[in-house]
Amino acid sequence: MTQPEPHAPDPQTAVPAFVGPAAAEPGDRTHHELRTVALGLGYDGVPIVTDLDLEIAVGRITVIVGANASGKSTLLRGLARLLTPQTGVVLLDGTDIATIPGKRVATVLGLLPQQPLAPEGITVGELVGRGRHPHQGWFRGTTAADDAIVADALVRTGTLDLAARRLEELSGGQRQRVWIAMALAQDTDILLLDEPTSFLDVAHQIEVLDLLLELNRTRGTTIVMVLHDLNLAARYADEMLVMRSGGIIAAGPPADTLTVDVVRSAFGLDALVIPDPVCGSPLVVPIGRFHPAPTAASAILGKANLI
Amino acid sequence: MIVLSGAVLVVAALSLSVGSYSVAVPDLLRTLAGQGTGAENFIVLTLRLPRLVLALLTGVAFALSGALFQTVLRNPLASPDIVGVTGGASAAAVLGMLVLGFGSLATAFAAFGGAILVATVIYLLAWRGRGGGTGGVAGYRFVLIGVGIAFMVQGLLGYLLSRAELRDAQDALTWLVGSVSGAAWPEIAVVAVGLAVLLPIVWMLAPRLRALQLGDDLATSLGVGAERNRLGLLIVAVALAALGTAMVGPLAFVAFVSAPIARRLVGTGGLSLVPSALVGALIVSAADFASQHLLPGGLQLPAGVVTGAIGAPYLLWLLATGAAGGSGAGSTRGIPRDSTEGTR
Repeated sequence: MTQPEPHAPDPQTAVPAFVGPAAAEPGDRTHHELRTVALGLGYDGVPIVTDLDLEIAVGRITVIVGANASGKSTLLRGLARLLTPQTGVVLLDGTDIATIPGKRVATVLGLLPQQPLAPEGITVGELVGRGRHPHQGWFRGTTAADDAIVADALVRTGTLDLAARRLEELSGGQRQRVWIAMALAQDTDILLLDEPTSFLDVAHQIEVLDLLLELNRTRGTTIVMVLHDLNLAARYADEMLVMRSGGIIAAGPPADTLTVDVVRSAFGLDALVIPDPVCGSPLVVPIGRFHPAPTAASAILGKANLI
Repeated sequence: MIVLSGAVLVVAALSLSVGSYSVAVPDLLRTLAGQGTGAENFIVLTLRLPRLVLALLTGVAFALSGALFQTVLRNPLASPDIVGVTGGASAAAVLGMLVLGFGSLATAFAAFGGAILVATVIYLLAWRGRGGGTGGVAGYRFVLIGVGIAFMVQGLLGYLLSRAELRDAQDALTWLVGSVSGAAWPEIAVVAVGLAVLLPIVWMLAPRLRALQLGDDLATSLGVGAERNRLGLLIVAVALAALGTAMVGPLAFVAFVSAPIARRLVGTGGLSLVPSALVGALIVSAADFASQHLLPGGLQLPAGVVTGAIGAPYLLWLLATGAAGGSGAGSTRGIPRDSTEGTR
């Protein structure tokens, strides 16, 4: 198990060494690999994702971006075996994921949907505890080890103080941290997240993404998430997948992936791509019809489009 | 919980002791221990106890059935009495009584079969393939189709009743209101055996139900196949409702209101299955007691009249006063929020 390089030189993003109390003995975490072969996904017979060969980078953060309806969420749902493939397979450690018992998969691979449902009146502690379900058997209820892992998940997400509160009393940012705590309590090596930052203000977006980065850097958790914000995606991704009409048009480290051409091809949008002054990752600055950039934009557009 | 259990005990004691022949509580305990006089034995053990036990057991069955339906389908309107499952039992029972001349045992079987049949039809109509092989039943679709079926079943009932001889129709109507007055030990044994089979299954499936509460996607992600488990839980829920209806008729509103009342009293986001069962037992036994003793002029009504008359207003009152937490502290909001209602 090799720790990836620190993500950015900036000391602000340096991650504190975090050792959970009982959660994970580093030696006992094996790394699982997720990959697809000729995968086709869709609804009602209508194909959305077609013929996709994809290997998720183990122990890294992969971010899927793309225009609306480009198949990002569909791909994520397919990887999480929420959709049965129309063609091809999703392989977990080389085995067709559809043939592995659901509960076994659930100990290795977790998914946080975009809008999970919460029962009315549920407390934070109880909700996070439900993440332990795959580890519990017919006659084995909650054990001390489960409690320790739940407590660790609460501590990591800074929600320990909220444990007795009702979920509906919390702010959006707190709520999202609670859901992530539940995913942490599930204690999976692979974590899939569908737009974990939607509906959050910018400070809470950064907070959630920092939390996921910390999880990845301290535990080596493989993270795959769909994000809408290209710049945050570029900052937090080790690997980026850019999708257009159900296929991947660019994949690799953000610096190589998020180029002017790719943005135009994926989104039909002209943009400048400059280095992010905070951490050097690509920063996409959209141009639009009424705001041509003074220097580079005219070169990119090839015409003056002034108001 | 403790208060609920206490309330059930109080109502039970009242049911056994109060009546035209009153039995004091010490005498009551002595009688239950097998030390009673001949008269006490007859009054308590033969007349009153079967009635009470049947009320408690069917209350539990209806309440759990409603709680399972509402949780599995994530819709507070999804309860066997609203979606026509108990209606199906009624129609089948009345068909048996009026057209085929069934006795009480055959009628019970007909009711059980009717509930299962209607539930199957609703499930099949609500089922929808979703291309990717992940077909399933959405809660709101199940409820809408169920309500439609309930009206059809009502129509059939009306037709059967209007064609029947007046005396037969009156018998059928008595059954339709629901009553525990005909309680006898063989019926109680049937309910008890049914519950002895079904309750452990509910207990074993409870963790899966908790996962299903979080939505199909998250449930699957936690290793709980959504559709398979939903079907299994619905089968258990239908069996509970069918069992209750077969024995005492369709007691109005017990399945519908028990779980919401229990949740507002206990106030957790958990399943509240045990509190729901207690509330169900309390409603039916209290309704039976009230129907026997509390009405003016010594008028005796079937318990089903009272369950509807007190259960529904009580739920409305709880909703209106907004005791969302039930704990008194906790929520400061006036209106209970129903985050479980969301269908995606």
